Amino acid sequence: MMSFISYLLSGVSLGSIYAIIALGYTMVYGIAKMLNFAHGDILMVGGYAAFIALNQMGLPILVSTLLSMVICTLLGVVIEKVAYKPLRQANSLNVLITAIGVSYLLQNLALLLFGANPKSFTSFVPIKPVKLAGGALTISGETIVTILCCLIIVGGLVTFINKTKAGQAMLAVSEDKGAATLMGVDVNKTISMTFAIGSALAAIGGILMCSAYPTLTPTTGAMPGIKAFVAAVLGGIGSIPGAFIGGIILGVLENLSKAYISSKLSDAIVFSVLIIVLLVKPTGILGKKIMEKV
Amino acid sequence: MKMKTTSMSMSTAKAKTFRSNMITYAMVILAYIIVEIFLNAGQVSSLIKGLLVPLTIYSIMAVSLNLVVGISGELSLGHAGFMCVGAFASATWTMLMKSSAMPPLLRFIIAIVIGAAAAAVFGFLIGIPVLRLKGDYLAIVTLAFGEIIKNIINALYFGIDDHGAHFSLKDSLSLGMDGGTVIIKGAQGITGTPKQATFTIGVILLLIALFVVLNLINSRTGRAIMAIRDNRIAAESIGLNVTRYKLMAFTISAAIAGAAGVLYAHNLSSLQALPKNFGYNQSIMILVFVVMGGIGNIRGSVIAAVILTLLPEVLRGLNDYRMLMYAIVLILMMLFTSAPSLIALRQQIMARFSKKNDEGKETT
Amino acid sequence: MAMLDIEALGISFGGLKAVDNFHVQIEKNELYGLIGPNGAGKTTVFNLLTGVYKPTSGQILLDGDNITGLSCEEINKKGIARTFQNIRLFHNMSVLDNVKAGLHNHYLYSTLDGILRTPKYRKLEKEMDAKALEILKVFDLQDFVDYKASNLPYGQQRKLEIARALATEPKLLLLDEPAAGMNPSETEELMRTIRLVRDEFDMTILLIEHDMKLVSGICDRLTVLNFGQVLKQGKTADVLHDPEVIKAYLGD
Repeated sequence: MMSFISYLLSGVSLGSIYAIIALGYTMVYGIAKMLNFAHGDILMVGGYAAFIALNQMGLPILVSTLLSMVICTLLGVVIEKVAYKPLRQANSLNVLITAIGVSYLLQNLALLLFGANPKSFTSFVPIKPVKLAGGALTISGETIVTILCCLIIVGGLVTFINKTKAGQAMLAVSEDKGAATLMGVDVNKTISMTFAIGSALAAIGGILMCSAYPTLTPTTGAMPGIKAFVAAVLGGIGSIPGAFIGGIILGVLENLSKAYISSKLSDAIVFSVLIIVLLVKPTGILGKKIMEKV
Repeated sequence: MKMKTTSMSMSTAKAKTFRSNMITYAMVILAYIIVEIFLNAGQVSSLIKGLLVPLTIYSIMAVSLNLVVGISGELSLGHAGFMCVGAFASATWTMLMKSSAMPPLLRFIIAIVIGAAAAAVFGFLIGIPVLRLKGDYLAIVTLAFGEIIKNIINALYFGIDDHGAHFSLKDSLSLGMDGGTVIIKGAQGITGTPKQATFTIGVILLLIALFVVLNLINSRTGRAIMAIRDNRIAAESIGLNVTRYKLMAFTISAAIAGAAGVLYAHNLSSLQALPKNFGYNQSIMILVFVVMGGIGNIRGSVIAAVILTLLPEVLRGLNDYRMLMYAIVLILMMLFTSAPSLIALRQQIMARFSKKNDEGKETT
Repeated sequence: MAMLDIEALGISFGGLKAVDNFHVQIEKNELYGLIGPNGAGKTTVFNLLTGVYKPTSGQILLDGDNITGLSCEEINKKGIARTFQNIRLFHNMSVLDNVKAGLHNHYLYSTLDGILRTPKYRKLEKEMDAKALEILKVFDLQDFVDYKASNLPYGQQRKLEIARALATEPKLLLLDEPAAGMNPSETEELMRTIRLVRDEFDMTILLIEHDMKLVSGICDRLTVLNFGQVLKQGKTADVLHDPEVIKAYLGD
């Protein structure tokens, strides 16, 4: 029983990381209508930035985190401007191929800069594990902080979108770019801001992930990136609560299937869930249906 | 007078396609002859020798993927999965028949048929649900399927004894074998496959793949597939069965990828389903070939596959930068073919060019 | 019996009745116009007729055959072909191949025949070429056969779309704003072409149009749609002079 709770908790924690990454996917998809395949790699860049700041420059944890977020934000905005913006009218196939190109570019730049050898990441969470039930259940500091961070971020984002002018602008652009322009919303600025927020979140996701699973390589972000997209689709693309729910479900599912079914097949199980969801309810748990205009 | 120019222009269009196809075949055959001459003269380094079969494998994969991406207009990120199915199905067959009296060449030909057929079955079964989705969703689901295939084969144990075949997803012990042999050993895969894939067979398979795809494009089926690509709603409105033709393109493409997998399996003595050979990275590399060669341009994908495989190997120093170069190429190609400002520029040049051509026609 | 008989056809999107109680009878070889202000639901009627949307009520009989609720593909096979308001050509394919795609269901050879280039393939492809060319000639497009569809001038693209629709050998042809974006002389030419299509192919045509000159010039009868409902039906001249219709168009 205790082991089940422990698997469940670490699943929720992993799910929280997926959720944080998925938020970036879902916002970008909702607003720019594109699958930013490179999102996972921005997370990896965030990991390296934090690693260098903390371990090599000896900066404090909080400063390192902020630095990493700033770097990712800049990176996200620059990528959008250079690679995605010129293709806003192009078909989705070409945009997706470009995003794949950007993903590979980041991975291979990291490979040249940092090498293929894994860096062992020092945890950013200075909290001791909590022992419960007379020591039968241990909860690591990373688990607690990750779950808390995720809750704060989701809450913050929902408030931001509903309560601020910039957030409302984002909603407007995601509904109808043309109409938003007519209402005086600066679409380019809004899309830039979406990429900025998504990338900053990816940095946090990267740091939390590397703290919990402390190996950092140029491909660290690839698989979590894809899984976070699965989470976003699962929850309903474009929906912030959806990304949260999707992330948690995916993380729990992955951890439990690793523990109770087969560690080798856990990825297969996660991906099967994606396929089933898309076939049964293509819009995900909280997504809305979009009709094609004829 | 009008009649005459019309029938003439029609035959020129046909002749143009015919000539273009012949150039493609001739290019492959010529390259083959040149390589064979150098091989016979003993002028080929062992590095290049080792690359000959992979070159045909990648070329076939690029042709296969171009059928889906270029002709059918859907992005598949799981094509390495079909290659994986073809590889394992055929290697299993070969291992089963290894000690039989069947002549090796016949055994290998049957292996190719089995590999292609197995991949086609997977392509068909996966295609039914996947092709209902569109765009990004379809891409990510094909990626998911590719990973699932790789994952399951990685965990799969298969053996055969007097009682028949045994499967397990846990370990070789749980197969419950009574003597016999274990053929697929989980993550260790299949070992001891005879090395039967030769450059000649690779080239023949490439020619067959080209023949199938090029003729398909210029047939009723190919037109339907391309019509659906260009405008699904219009295609439905003229009575085309969208699912049927999308599925057909996907299945044929999977079969071709399966055949490439057979070559792969019979080019190495041990076969494992690794992220490196059958993961989505591999699928994406094939995609780079397709994009580089021009989406929808079959000959181009073969040329791109050959150049992009050879170049980094020949120029050793470039190897570290290979993937980086691919990434940049991918982005630039997309920007140059799809960014409105750059398209406008290209069309201006094209318009000027075609005007010149028309003038040329008038005078002749 | 009417060629097309629509009874009480309706569809709602999220509670909003886009088309309600739509009815019309169109006789064989008739040139029928569907007009109405923007947003009246004209294209929605076309989408219901061709299976793009499934009607929430009513029925559609084509030549006495109930085709309500069938898919686009099936409805085309039953004999309705259409063009689109925003042109939907197979833009990367040649003009000839656009029409040959329309011939798809009338010249049958298997995929294997195509791959192996059997005599059957050669024979049928030749027949398709001849047939496609014959159709293209009606639209004076025979000199453009090798052009990529997207490289055609706008007016020619509209014509090619009609040619492609005709290639499917329909009983009923639906034209969605065929004259949109055309100048007066192009419209004049289009009117001649539409009449020619009716006579040469013995076609029944239902068209949506805003250009009143075209409507009054070629339509035998009209239905006026307003707010998703039939406002008036009858002979073209009568309908166009009806005060209610004029009011609907000019507003209050």
